[in-house]
Amino acid sequence: MNITVRVWRQKNAESKGKMVTYGVENVSEDMSFLEMLDVLNEQLTLTDDDPIAFDHDCREGICGACGVVINGQAHGPQVTTTCQLHMRSFEDGAVIDIEPWRAGAFPVIKDLVVDRGAFDRIIQAGGFISAPTGSAVEANNIPVPKDNADHAFESAACIGCGACVAACPNGSGMLFTAAKITHLGLLPQGQPERDSRVVGMVEQHDHEGFGGCTNIGECTAACPKGIPLDTISRLNRDLLGALAKGKA
Amino acid sequence: MTTTTSPNVSEQFHAIGPDIADTKAPAGPIEKRWDDRKFNAKLVNPANRRKLSVIVVGTGLAGGAAAATLGEAGYQVKSFCYQDSPRRAHSIAAQGGINAAKNYRNDGDSIYRLFDDTVKGGDFRARESNVYRLAQVSVNIIDQCVAQGVPFAREYGGLLDNRSFGGVQVSRTFYARGQTGQQLLIGAYQALERQIGAGTVEMNTRHEMLELIMVDNRARGIVVRDMVTGEIETHTADAVVLATGGYGNVFFLSTNAMGSNTTATWRAHKKGAYFANPCYTQIHPTCIPVSGDYQSKLTLMSESLRNDGRIWVPKKAGDERAAADIPEDERDYYLERIYPAFGNLVPRDIASRAAKYQCDDGKGVGPGGLGVYLDFAEAIERLGLPAVKAKYGNLFDMYAQITGENPYETPMRIYPAVHYTMGGLWVDYDLQSNLTGLFVAGEANFSEHGANRLGASALMQGLADGYFVLPNTLANYLADGPYEKIDDSHEAVVEARRAVEERIATFLSINGTRTVDSFHKELGHIMWEYCGMERTEEGLIKAIGLIRDLKQAFWSDVKVTGVNEELNQTLERAGRVADFIELGELMCIDALNRRESCGGHFRAESQTEDGEALRHDDEFAYVSAWEFGEERPTLHKEPLEYEYVEMKSRSYK
Repeated sequence: MNITVRVWRQKNAESKGKMVTYGVENVSEDMSFLEMLDVLNEQLTLTDDDPIAFDHDCREGICGACGVVINGQAHGPQVTTTCQLHMRSFEDGAVIDIEPWRAGAFPVIKDLVVDRGAFDRIIQAGGFISAPTGSAVEANNIPVPKDNADHAFESAACIGCGACVAACPNGSGMLFTAAKITHLGLLPQGQPERDSRVVGMVEQHDHEGFGGCTNIGECTAACPKGIPLDTISRLNRDLLGALAKGKA
Repeated sequence: MTTTTSPNVSEQFHAIGPDIADTKAPAGPIEKRWDDRKFNAKLVNPANRRKLSVIVVGTGLAGGAAAATLGEAGYQVKSFCYQDSPRRAHSIAAQGGINAAKNYRNDGDSIYRLFDDTVKGGDFRARESNVYRLAQVSVNIIDQCVAQGVPFAREYGGLLDNRSFGGVQVSRTFYARGQTGQQLLIGAYQALERQIGAGTVEMNTRHEMLELIMVDNRARGIVVRDMVTGEIETHTADAVVLATGGYGNVFFLSTNAMGSNTTATWRAHKKGAYFANPCYTQIHPTCIPVSGDYQSKLTLMSESLRNDGRIWVPKKAGDERAAADIPEDERDYYLERIYPAFGNLVPRDIASRAAKYQCDDGKGVGPGGLGVYLDFAEAIERLGLPAVKAKYGNLFDMYAQITGENPYETPMRIYPAVHYTMGGLWVDYDLQSNLTGLFVAGEANFSEHGANRLGASALMQGLADGYFVLPNTLANYLADGPYEKIDDSHEAVVEARRAVEERIATFLSINGTRTVDSFHKELGHIMWEYCGMERTEEGLIKAIGLIRDLKQAFWSDVKVTGVNEELNQTLERAGRVADFIELGELMCIDALNRRESCGGHFRAESQTEDGEALRHDDEFAYVSAWEFGEERPTLHKEPLEYEYVEMKSRSYK
């Protein structure tokens, strides 16, 4: 198949970007979306053009490095990571718009690459259980009801890709934050720091310039790992509880 | 013991140096050695720790765990990764699980049994002392991870679940669905972020190490490139830890992440660190085959599929019919035919090699004839569709997503792919390389897996090194510090920086006609063809010549666009591929020297009468540690002795 892509090109954080159109010929439907970009980049290199910068690493949907907005949808038309999207999802002759994640808290570094460092700083503000190496008790001394363990796992499956932020009309990072609050808050090991965790993480989230959550649900719809929206309810409940205890 | 070998054809490509006499493992009963080492290690007063600094490169299980633990202990830690966040290191992609000798199933497991299985699994090419320590600390790892909130699978009573994995007879594998690596890494990542927040660890993301700085024969720092601005920075410390993963991407196609590379370890090697057993790579039989030239990586599917799937190819070479049109009596279930006792469950290397032979005979299926069928029709009939869905549903979905085919209706196609590299920088019992002050952890070192790694052992080793081994052994080294402060004007620092800048300038100035990836793919083809599952003397000698030609072509005809002072992904790849080319040559020389079949490596000249792998313990029971040389490398042998596990060879027929 032959396709046309319109790609956001931006030299660096300071310069102004624009959409640039390229044709890509002989695209196989078995190519992944990123392999299609690889092929385009080989073409660009050989014609002395600057290849398109994009983040990617594992290419098996687990590291969370890749992610672009495709035809207005975070990660494109399938609910999966960009690396797991294949060209058979598009028609021959398709025109495909490719843009970076757009959010105030994710500044563009170059082309399709954005700075998601804000997510790491939210984790620093409390997204952990303080368990210095060597201090652990025997593992089976902490039984966890299977149901809680399974739900904690479901939230822990977040890959930190940022699609939730890109999909949210408010540019909110609440689903990411709530996934961690839920993962750790459902486990007995996570209880001692439950109040300080939610207060610290939400404070950092707001400080980074993410928008507030208005329960629209675009985040969950775009999430390649299916993090449920009710994790945000849990975050709100934990936050209210902590504030009521005067933990702010 | 001194090993002697008859003249080897490999000697035209390398020199032979003195044996490695001492690995610094304590003597005495094996179960006491690690305790002795810890007790005899020097300690650092907590008040003095903040005066001591450590550089940790890589943030996977080994590097992330080490940086977090050293930060907790109070050292000044600088951590580096090439990804945009430490959470993305490739440990995250490990699916299956992590072994630990907890014996929760009361099925006869013990530290000694895990040790015994791992030594045998490594085909008697790993060190007993190291493997025993690994088995010992395995139990602490699970405790540590649970305390951090890693959501391992649990039973209804709330206790931890286990499964059997990798052909062993006990259930000692802990898991978190098919995402065990992800969950363990997130645990280490959170511990690391906690220390970054506390100010004990300084994190440098999107920074790639390009050179090691040696001062007075000690590793004292690194040169890195800020991948966003292109700035070349130098960082110095009292010790340097490399935890930069494996080098499977030397084959271009592998299950590794796109960015996984050998540059940090290869740069250290060129500064004098021995590279051990580089030809030991692990090839996994159940990967999704290549679909075209554009293919950028290969995806692993769990080996558990072989429990119920039947592997076959058409009996007739060049049969173009669809699987459904090939009648039962024209199918060759070759594993069941050749290995009736184990059938489709033969070990990884045998399954991989058998698939290659079928494809070499023109019986392969799918694009390019590089694939064999893995058929669930019989399982669906026997167990029912719902049972097969419950067991393998997520794997079938993944396969359908990637190939666009429905594996419930047409058989899957599989082919072997490079998955893990057992070789790496040589380290002693303390995980210190032969360069003083340079420590190496995780897949980047060579130590615990011998010639073949058991399933669910990679995660165990990474975390053992990072949480429990390094923090003890590194403290012993640091106790003699702090070493003399090095500033940026020091001759060694200036020289290392200049070398990096010159190399980058060279890449940008060649302006040839071929892309970096075209060289990488060509290297991958050479390595897969001649230094993959089956090696021959003739093929390896040919490969060495091809790689030398490729190296010359690369340095005269590669095209790297753009400038240094920007995010330049082509420039990043150029540096990595240049190092892979040199490593590829060393791998072939190492494989040429090793005239035996061991682990997953089949040397065609070394087989039994019925075509099975033949080890030569009399000649090759040693670690090959290679010293870099401009003209040619020098081989140092570290003899391996087995006091506890009796050396035996295996048979699956």
